[in-house]
Amino acid sequence: MIIAIASGKGGTGKTTIAAGLATSLMDNGSRVSFLDCDVEAPNAHLFLKPVFDQRRDVDMLIPKVDETLCTGCGRCAEVCEFHAIVVLGGKSLVFPELCHGCGSCTLECPDKAISEISQNLGILESGPTNKGINFARGLLNVGEPMAVPIIRQLKKWHLPGSGEIVIIDSPPGTSCPVVESIHGADFVILVTEPTPFGLHDLKLAVHLTEELGIPTGVIVNRDGLGDMKVDDFCLEAGLPILMRIPLERKIGEGIATGQHLIEIDSSYGDHFHHLFERIKEILTDVEVVR
Amino acid sequence: MRIAISAIKNTIEAQFSPRFGRCDFFILIDSETREWEAFSNPAISARGGAGPQAVQFITDKGAEVIISGRYGPSAFTALEAAGVQAYLAQDGSVNRVLDKFLAGELESTSTATGPELHGRG
Repeated sequence: MIIAIASGKGGTGKTTIAAGLATSLMDNGSRVSFLDCDVEAPNAHLFLKPVFDQRRDVDMLIPKVDETLCTGCGRCAEVCEFHAIVVLGGKSLVFPELCHGCGSCTLECPDKAISEISQNLGILESGPTNKGINFARGLLNVGEPMAVPIIRQLKKWHLPGSGEIVIIDSPPGTSCPVVESIHGADFVILVTEPTPFGLHDLKLAVHLTEELGIPTGVIVNRDGLGDMKVDDFCLEAGLPILMRIPLERKIGEGIATGQHLIEIDSSYGDHFHHLFERIKEILTDVEVVR
Repeated sequence: MRIAISAIKNTIEAQFSPRFGRCDFFILIDSETREWEAFSNPAISARGGAGPQAVQFITDKGAEVIISGRYGPSAFTALEAAGVQAYLAQDGSVNRVLDKFLAGELESTSTATGPELHGRG
């Protein structure tokens, strides 16, 4: 089973939930993998403290034009969905930072003037935590704009074993890296906070999970901070609120020192166990309806 | 000489647009006769790389000079490669911007003047 933890708004507590849930599952005897897909700013390792023992580079192939062979016909620019290659003044010009590495220009060039060169985007790392969680993360090079290839490679690299529960810690937002992270998940937990920003971005994220057809539930973090509008929205949209974490100073202080929720307050072990049971119930109901 | 000016509507009386890659229209004008044609900018809905795509579009239409408000780094690299002279204007109608250009009142730029705004989604 794959459970992705996402949020529209950043800083709502995705990693707090993901690290807590993974630990609770492990404590209850499940086999657990954890993928930190927030490759622009991965931070789950701060809480789960894995020892990385495997590492690999993520590269992307980008086009290189041989000017002596290029006739400036413009076919490459025509087939590039992202306008990463344009033909100006009879010459092909590549914009590597726009390239998605699809290879269409190379395939389509009638004069075989385009070859591909490898460009490093970042790395993947994996290793066990002291509790035995199979932890892996991607890390995008600083200044590199393209997170999706790293996330795609991370998910390919770390295919779940049978019977394993995979926890995916998604990046925030609703753009391509988020789609790539939650794609293929059985269930998405959207973490939000009861504020106007939290609600606004929750609505966007709900649109996304609806579009992808993934069963979704909500966790309200920093409960008591704002108003009841997130509750009203969830009620109206038929979204289950799976858990509430109150706004408490001790939680903030614990997280600031690298503790996860169960270390801060052991009763969260049970709360996360119930959360998982609830998700299983929802997925069983979804199966019945299907 | 063919001049491209970014605009928010499709006539020569329209308001000038300070955006380059994602402006609504390009007005292509013959500097001698002031004959003009308006084209909707195909790069406006580009998922990424609007700047280079817009440069490709105006050069295909024969522009040798572009007048807009700001150019991002990718757009500027493409303009340089295409040999299109980039000029800066502030506001006014397309007609007024053209007058200023013809009177030599506009400055050209030899560097990008806007931030990298890749809509890479």
